[in-house]
Amino acid sequence: MTPATDPERWLGEYGDLLFRYAVARVGDISIAEDLVQETLLAAWRGRGRFTGQSAESTWLVGILKHKIADHFRKQPPLSLEDSGLDLDRYFDERGHWRRAPESWPDPERELYEEQLQAALRQCVGHLPPRFRNLFFLREVEGLSGEEICKQMPVSSTNNVWVMLSRMRFQLRQCLEKAGFSHSGKGE
Amino acid sequence: MLSCKEAAGLVSKSLDTRLSWRERAALRMHIAICRMCRNYQKQLRAMTKAVRKSSAEAWLPPLRLSEEAKQRILRHFRSER
Repeated sequence: MTPATDPERWLGEYGDLLFRYAVARVGDISIAEDLVQETLLAAWRGRGRFTGQSAESTWLVGILKHKIADHFRKQPPLSLEDSGLDLDRYFDERGHWRRAPESWPDPERELYEEQLQAALRQCVGHLPPRFRNLFFLREVEGLSGEEICKQMPVSSTNNVWVMLSRMRFQLRQCLEKAGFSHSGKGE
Repeated sequence: MLSCKEAAGLVSKSLDTRLSWRERAALRMHIAICRMCRNYQKQLRAMTKAVRKSSAEAWLPPLRLSEEAKQRILRHFRSER
């Protein structure tokens, strides 16, 4: 038996991790598979540059991140229409809430955080793909607005705040729909 | 006086960048008298906190690369290298 070549071993050891990361960022199975494929090929071609200073998995995820950024850079800059959110449904002409945000359960309650995390995971899956990416870059990886713009073009840096605001608005709305607010007494 | 729509935007922005003193003052005043936006602020903060307290791994979907995809990737690799 011949020893496994690096890409075969990488695929066995890190294939699932790379795939899960790609799906979390791009929200599409077949695009994610293609990105994993491109990543392994790029890693093989650039294997001389792997210094061993970081873990192999970190190095591979780093290459994947570049591929994901290329994927988003091929698309036109993110604009407000892409959120699919019509704020006029939630605010009247004078900017007042049409329907007030409902109160949520007491954060001191046991399991609160776990339930919130589980519900959030569901709701993140319902976001439009690029807003899902926005969630991941900002909330999970903690990137700044400027850094986000380098990973995914947004029509202007100032608009990053607006996009993030839409993303959170949608998530909060989804949590409320999912019944998160009804499971306990509010303020 | 800020509208609730504007206040909701600033509540989110304050989680991402430092607001100008003008924005901060306006938001503080609005939040002081508007229970709805106070709720909104609390909830956005709770969401952010819930994510930051969990590991990044927890936000990766529980999926695996299919056997077909693995075979396809290996075939592609062999033809390209």
